[in-house]
Amino acid sequence: MSSDVRFTDFKSDKQPTWCPGCGDFGTMNGMMKALAETGNDPDNTFVVAGIGCSGKIGTYMHSYALHGVHGRALPVGTGVKMARPDIEVMVAGGDGDGYSIGAGHFVHAVRRNVDMSYVVMDNRIYGLTKGQASPTSRSDFETSTTPEGPKQPPVNPLALALASGASFIAQSFASDALRHQEIVQEAIEHDGFGFVNVFSPCVTFNDVDTYDYFRDNLVDLEEEGHDPTDYEAAKEVILDSDKEYQGVMYQDENSVPYHEKHGVTEDMSEIPDGAPEDAMDLVREFY
Amino acid sequence: MVEDLNWAIGGEAGDGIDSTGKIFAQALSRAGRHVFTSKDFASRIRGGYTAYKIRTSVDQVQSVVDRLDILVALTQRTIDENVDELHEGSAVIYDGERSWEAEIPDEVTGVDVPLKSIAEEAGGAIMRNTVALGAACEITGFDVEYLDEALEKRFGGKGSKIVENNKEAARKGQEYVRENYDVDLGYDLETTDNDYVLLNGNEAIGMGALAAGCRFYAGYPITPATSIMEYLTGRIEDYGGHVVQAEDELSAINMALGAARGGARSMTATSGAGIDLMTETFGLVAQSETPLVIADVQRSGPSTGMPTKQEQGDLNMALYGGHGEIPRFVVAPTSITECFWKTVEAFNLAEKYQTPVFLVSDLAMSVTEQTFPPEAFDMDEVEIDRGKLVDDDEVDEWLDAQGRFRAHAVTEDGISPRAIPGTEEGAHMSTGLEHDELGRRTEDQDERVQQVDKRYRKVETAQEREDWDYREFGDEDADNLVISWGSNEGALAEALDYLEEDVHVISVPYIFPRPDLTEEIEAADEVIVVEANATGQFADLLEHDALTRVKRINKYTGVRFKADELAEEISEQLSAEVPA
Repeated sequence: MSSDVRFTDFKSDKQPTWCPGCGDFGTMNGMMKALAETGNDPDNTFVVAGIGCSGKIGTYMHSYALHGVHGRALPVGTGVKMARPDIEVMVAGGDGDGYSIGAGHFVHAVRRNVDMSYVVMDNRIYGLTKGQASPTSRSDFETSTTPEGPKQPPVNPLALALASGASFIAQSFASDALRHQEIVQEAIEHDGFGFVNVFSPCVTFNDVDTYDYFRDNLVDLEEEGHDPTDYEAAKEVILDSDKEYQGVMYQDENSVPYHEKHGVTEDMSEIPDGAPEDAMDLVREFY
Repeated sequence: MVEDLNWAIGGEAGDGIDSTGKIFAQALSRAGRHVFTSKDFASRIRGGYTAYKIRTSVDQVQSVVDRLDILVALTQRTIDENVDELHEGSAVIYDGERSWEAEIPDEVTGVDVPLKSIAEEAGGAIMRNTVALGAACEITGFDVEYLDEALEKRFGGKGSKIVENNKEAARKGQEYVRENYDVDLGYDLETTDNDYVLLNGNEAIGMGALAAGCRFYAGYPITPATSIMEYLTGRIEDYGGHVVQAEDELSAINMALGAARGGARSMTATSGAGIDLMTETFGLVAQSETPLVIADVQRSGPSTGMPTKQEQGDLNMALYGGHGEIPRFVVAPTSITECFWKTVEAFNLAEKYQTPVFLVSDLAMSVTEQTFPPEAFDMDEVEIDRGKLVDDDEVDEWLDAQGRFRAHAVTEDGISPRAIPGTEEGAHMSTGLEHDELGRRTEDQDERVQQVDKRYRKVETAQEREDWDYREFGDEDADNLVISWGSNEGALAEALDYLEEDVHVISVPYIFPRPDLTEEIEAADEVIVVEANATGQFADLLEHDALTRVKRINKYTGVRFKADELAEEISEQLSAEVPA
């Protein structure tokens, strides 16, 4: 790890194909700055991405990375972290990726408390497939597949995380660059699963959850004097569907990450040239 | 005296059938006898017929036969299920004091032992199966002391009192038969000084994985693959590894993929429906050129089929599963020792060629325990080849003019360099999208063709560099050729003893790439392909390879091939017409 890493070192030379004004630009910049700020460099960082606009992030960032299949980024991140406790693992996804097809994995990654950060670019719509309802779309949000709205309540990812036993729950806004970066940094530094839901507006298909909407409605928890270690206070904020919050909602200060609980400390890439020296004991066990 | 003895215990699931059978099998193994076990069980936890069968001989045994000599029957159904295999020299041990009246065929010797009462005398009714083991020892002339070590192994964890009580129960069972019956069926189980190990195919796969340096395993419980995960859990930690029980098979294979990207030798295993779920990620593994071993322990399908029954029906899935065209290796062990060695090889192939490797086993092999000399698993023979894994010093050779690592570099042999996280200047992305040498998405026609060709060139390279050999039995010059794959090998090898015709047998452990058998097929008058499925998936491949028609023996009852039954089928096929 070199100390002179700049956030631009995490940038690839590929120009993003996101729509001009997409919230994902700000989300990604914050992620890169947070990684650099927390002392990581591209050679010891692994970024896992799913499918969708958010999934393109692995292409635009420079690090070890895998761009996988829809909804399965968290299991991949879990595997990387277990094999390599020495490597910084960041998983990026979207609301469809994380809370629809990947919802099952989300619940289990949260309860395992794997030591990685999970940044979800939540634009409350399916962008890359040109504007269908997502699990976080409002119940009256009209789209090509839901002309009268989905008529079902949106998933509350923060509540889902809380109910699953999360040790770190936060929310940020792509456009509030500094706060977003700070929050992602806290997620990285957290010993365990650092979950950040990011409001990342889709300027092409979502004319409801816009930059202006979030600017007008966002309440910063830090300014409100919220104590993230207070579980009851966190619960109240997370279940409050009348407001949009940003900041760290909940953090378990006693969090022990999965690999530590299971005594995994070694770099699993190191193996002997042949069978281990005491391997015949494996055979003798069957006498 | 008979050369080999076929013993079985049967009852309801939950009656301790499995552990009793295992104790006897271990005792026989300790006595230097060869053992081959088979299990018949229903897909339920309690109740339902279940049996554990043992064939034992001083010579190697590698199949079941249609004969049962000693049957410990805890229920009438046990007798009914096996009545066809009982003969004049058979004995049925049963407990007449129980609330059923045993209906035993006239020619068979019934040995009524008050198993429960004797067990109670020895310390508890729960030991009634151990009493039956003692009774079986008396009837077969097998020294009851051989049971002691197996009882210690089984019950040692529960305290010395329980072990001693069981030893006592076995002796009381033996004495009861000695005092009340004068059975002489001519059995006299010879012992030897040989030291054998007794293990099943899934244990051999797990052991192979550890020997090969597997450090990460993720799986979701499914019959009959779960015992691989159970074996690794509790052992892989000794080597700094870890097993994750994932939330589903989708997660399991993606975790394994992640660990492999991290540089660990990584594996997952499943069966039937689980393979279907994993297929989604299978293409990604190949497209991202990630070394990964995926074991499929086949069972009867389709859908949930018969989860506890034998079948070799997933071959087409292993070969063709997944959308698009996916370069892969398909390796199918033919025996329990092969389960070990092919697992080691699967890890090497995966890393040398940066490709998924399907390790295709089956239920019969996974639950069958067999004795081997420990040298059959000689760890000194294990070699590890990590392929083109580059370190900090070698990375430079593979950087482009801008200093970017060419993780998917187009090379002559199709194999690219591989840098794992932490390698300086090796940072790169891989993706399931078509990509250029750097791993970046592309739809450029030339780059697409280059990458597709590159990935398939790895297979060509492997075809040239590796030995895709096979095993042969019988008479190599015979006009009759029998070909098989997977776990049928043992039954085929023993079928030769029953056959009057001269037969050349070829058992193939590689499905893709596979050996070219065209010459052998052309040289033979009759070619029969044996497999445990209905449609003859391997036979189709051989017909395709050799451009000729072959005869087929297909069994899809859910029960494995038996040596004597197979011999009969081969004889019948040899005199039958060749299909049009």
